Amino acid sequence: MNQQDSRNWIGKPLDRVDGPAKVTGQATYAADYRGARAASIGFIVEAGIGKGRISSIDTTAAEASDGVLLVLSHKNAPEQAPFGSHKDAGRFGQSHAALENDRVKYHGAPVAFVVAETLEQARHAAHLIEVKYDIEAGVFDAEAHEEDAVRPDSLDGADEADKETGNFEKTFDKAPVTVEAEYHTPAQHASAMEPHATVAEWSEGKLTVHMAIQILSDARKGLAHTLKMEPGDVRIVSPFIGGGFGSKLGIHNEAVLAALAARELDRPVRVAQTRRNLFSNGPHRTEHRQRLKLGADTDGRLLAISHDSLAAMARGYPFAEAAGGLTQSSYAALAIRMRHRIVEADIPKVDSMRAPGEAIGTLTFESAIDELAERCGVDPVQFRLLNEPETEPGSGKPFSTRPLARCLSEGAASFGWRSGPVRPGGKRDGRWLVGHGVAAAIRSNNIEPAGAEASLSRDGRLTLKLDMTDIGTGTYTILGQIAAEALGMQAGMIEVRLGDSDFAETCGSGGSFGAGSTGTAVHEACQNIRADILSRAARIDAGWSGVNSGELRLDGDRVSVGDRSLPLGDILDAVGGETFHCKAHIKAGDAHETMAQYSYGALFAEVGVDTDTAEIRLRRLLGVFDAGRILNRKTAHSQLMGGMIFGIGAALLEESLMDKRYGAFMNRDLAEYHIAVNRDVPRLEVHMLDGFDRHSNPLGSKGIGELGICGAGPAIANAVYDATGHRARKFPVHIEDVLPAVSRLVG
Amino acid sequence: MKPFDYVRAGSAQDAVRAGAEGRFLGGGTNLVDLMKLEIEKPDRLVDVSRLASDEIEDGVEGLRVGAGVSNSALAGHPLVRERYPLLSTALLSGATQQLRNKATVGGNFLQRTRCQYFYDVFRACNKRVPGSGCDALDGINRFHAILGASERCIAVHPSDMAVAMAALDATVETLKPDGSTRSIPARSLHRLPGDTPQFDHVLETGELITHVVLPASPPKRQFYRKVRDRSSYAFAVVSIAVAFDLEGGRIANVSIALGGVAHKPWRADRAESVLEGGSPSAELFAMAAEAELARAVGQGHNDFKIDLSKRLIVAALRDLSEGKREIAA
Repeated sequence: MNQQDSRNWIGKPLDRVDGPAKVTGQATYAADYRGARAASIGFIVEAGIGKGRISSIDTTAAEASDGVLLVLSHKNAPEQAPFGSHKDAGRFGQSHAALENDRVKYHGAPVAFVVAETLEQARHAAHLIEVKYDIEAGVFDAEAHEEDAVRPDSLDGADEADKETGNFEKTFDKAPVTVEAEYHTPAQHASAMEPHATVAEWSEGKLTVHMAIQILSDARKGLAHTLKMEPGDVRIVSPFIGGGFGSKLGIHNEAVLAALAARELDRPVRVAQTRRNLFSNGPHRTEHRQRLKLGADTDGRLLAISHDSLAAMARGYPFAEAAGGLTQSSYAALAIRMRHRIVEADIPKVDSMRAPGEAIGTLTFESAIDELAERCGVDPVQFRLLNEPETEPGSGKPFSTRPLARCLSEGAASFGWRSGPVRPGGKRDGRWLVGHGVAAAIRSNNIEPAGAEASLSRDGRLTLKLDMTDIGTGTYTILGQIAAEALGMQAGMIEVRLGDSDFAETCGSGGSFGAGSTGTAVHEACQNIRADILSRAARIDAGWSGVNSGELRLDGDRVSVGDRSLPLGDILDAVGGETFHCKAHIKAGDAHETMAQYSYGALFAEVGVDTDTAEIRLRRLLGVFDAGRILNRKTAHSQLMGGMIFGIGAALLEESLMDKRYGAFMNRDLAEYHIAVNRDVPRLEVHMLDGFDRHSNPLGSKGIGELGICGAGPAIANAVYDATGHRARKFPVHIEDVLPAVSRLVG
Repeated sequence: MKPFDYVRAGSAQDAVRAGAEGRFLGGGTNLVDLMKLEIEKPDRLVDVSRLASDEIEDGVEGLRVGAGVSNSALAGHPLVRERYPLLSTALLSGATQQLRNKATVGGNFLQRTRCQYFYDVFRACNKRVPGSGCDALDGINRFHAILGASERCIAVHPSDMAVAMAALDATVETLKPDGSTRSIPARSLHRLPGDTPQFDHVLETGELITHVVLPASPPKRQFYRKVRDRSSYAFAVVSIAVAFDLEGGRIANVSIALGGVAHKPWRADRAESVLEGGSPSAELFAMAAEAELARAVGQGHNDFKIDLSKRLIVAALRDLSEGKREIAA
């Protein structure tokens, strides 16, 4: 890479710097960590009832079993802060106490924890524990207990649970064309490749935890609050994470239990949740019932939108998903209303899963929009273009950028969209019914407070130290690119160190805010390094006075401006010090309050539906996205593609099936919980517009990690309609759902 | 996993002598999972994976396949691809490449149901704990049986290979602990649940599958098709294996087996009776499908499988009479 190129690192499709370590097994994930002292192995014993009280627990046989070091139950568990205390620290920072009493709060909750020399010993001993219960009737199904529904105090991703702009009922009543539809979206589990895993070790009253976690600072608070410690006495290490998708935003039972047992044993304890554990000891996206009411005039102009959502909230754990949150930002209408209701339920932790709100919200809303376009006799792409708003409809705020129309137009052209109103069932390819569908994607863009710490050594090497995480997204790589561009230096001279709570506190990974927030902090820290170099250089050579720090260039161990050049070492020697060391801290600018900021996309799908069996197979999926400035075209492409694949799962595959008699999830492995496999993923095309949002952050970037999932599912559902005439009302769409429609079409 | 003895058998005779108190270990792709959950708790595992049972021999009686042959090897064998294409297709439609590399012919027959109530030790399951009840009856039963079920059990057998073997009229050869051998028609290896769903098959304790013999002259036209929710690595919603010859424009030697519908690979003998000797036509195929599914009973979530099975039978017969051999969904 020559000098000229080195000014333009941002956007380059660089390979992941951590790629070789990952593919050669050198990257140490949480459960790979091996400390000086051999770890013992923990295993979670799960409750076999949905709600009730432990009437007796006999751990005698387990304690006597080979290799067993410790059995914890509510009878002997060390004292913890009550679950849910420290509420002001947020749901991730609050107490996550486990085994705190004889209550069973949900099916699969820990009733005991066995620690042994080996996994096999711990697992077998777990089976020797006899638990008896007084079973109580639990709430496992929000819809069946709708009479108990309440408005949530807070909603993830929206300011208010209920909001109405204009008068919905009046406007809807007068609308000549309407759609009213009720949708069901399923429970889902993130099913990251790496399970929740923790190695806990204590030294002189201080706790070090190697764990798979997205946000270290919250995990530190959560553990400290649970264990009644000072956050400063807890260190979290998480250099590599095998996928998060929201499931690793907060800590889970294995982390708390490992920490408790390691302290009791004075020995490190390692716990990796099993795949079956994850379905109750990890978080999930809960079922939602969404009701959409849309009204339009006969020309296809939206008049009224109403989006209602009903879902369960895990008792004592404040999280509700804003399924209707995006509606107020999507299309122009005279009246827009959203209402969210929740029922407290005795189910495992409900929490964020990739694109909380938008993922399931666009799935239903963009399906209903397609239906309304059809009723108006308007091409669905055209319908969306017709209803483009000038300002954010729900708030009246100006959009920072609004490139949705361009995404739709370019997508339609690339895909070969045949415009015109939808007429289902008209296209055949051999034994396949073929359908096309379109949907818009929208995902809010957020900036969270983040710090960064950078030091430049005398030989020109830059080290960044942040408690940021790379959950597989490419953070290591893009932060290096941002720093290289900010300092005008070679990316190869930069070492990015992440995932240690001893480093500068950042926002961590979540909500698609990681790259923009932490990236900006890195950018600022590097600007501060420039200023530091210049001010020091000016102290030893007056010729550097008055120079703009932005003109400095780093070339190996020298800094130069114009025809002046100095070795970094000379500057350090003259003014004292071993390195140039700078910190930065950023937070969202005013434009995040005064403007509506979103990233956008348009998704186009082609499906085939088998005329014999009603099997639905995606044939191609194309997305055109605008997420501001792209920081790395390769990792961005991968993120968008991964999101689109999540969308395939949302439309056709993924569902966690709960037996509501017991509150138990039943399909608890990856043979039964269907995530898309290679054969479900045909030609995926990702197009990125070269955007730049100057209101978002100094880099001009916007969140990208969750954008791809939004819109992909409804584009597929709309294509299924185009193929068969079946309007999806519940997801994922199965054979039996489309079989009647196929039967009507072909016999 | 309950601690167990591990014995590596040097010969089939050794294996059956050692096996009476335990379970035979082939690829372990299902058994080991079940042991981790302590649904299977053998005191002893007799490892038969290293027996010289990975041979495939062609002879006058047919193709004799060792029980230790991997699913991948059998699917890819040139004679299997040429003479028993439905078997090859069935094998390749099962599981994943990694599992097929490990799974054996003998073990594939003896894999246990995927009924989620069987897997969840907190739920009632007569197959897992006889007499405890069946939570699937009023539970999530989309994947369950529509044919031959009982009030004690509505689980289905998950194998693709066994469906193909049943349709091909393969024979399973076994060795008993007393040293005697027997031959069991593949279509009769598994049983219906009745009052004793804990028994998946007719093998006696300690009886080892040693070989499977495929008939020398199977019908020329063969077809396997699997309907599934996910395009790979998914158990069948319904599957079908069909074989017949066309002799003078009439259907001869027809055999049909359905998967995903019953506690065993379901030989559709009523459909076969309708078809045998008939001239291929849409009406005949529909009549055959109706005849077979007349006694089907849905459990609620799986009612659609009755109609789906009929459609699949008709489609398979149609495609096969038009000369299509296999299908990649």
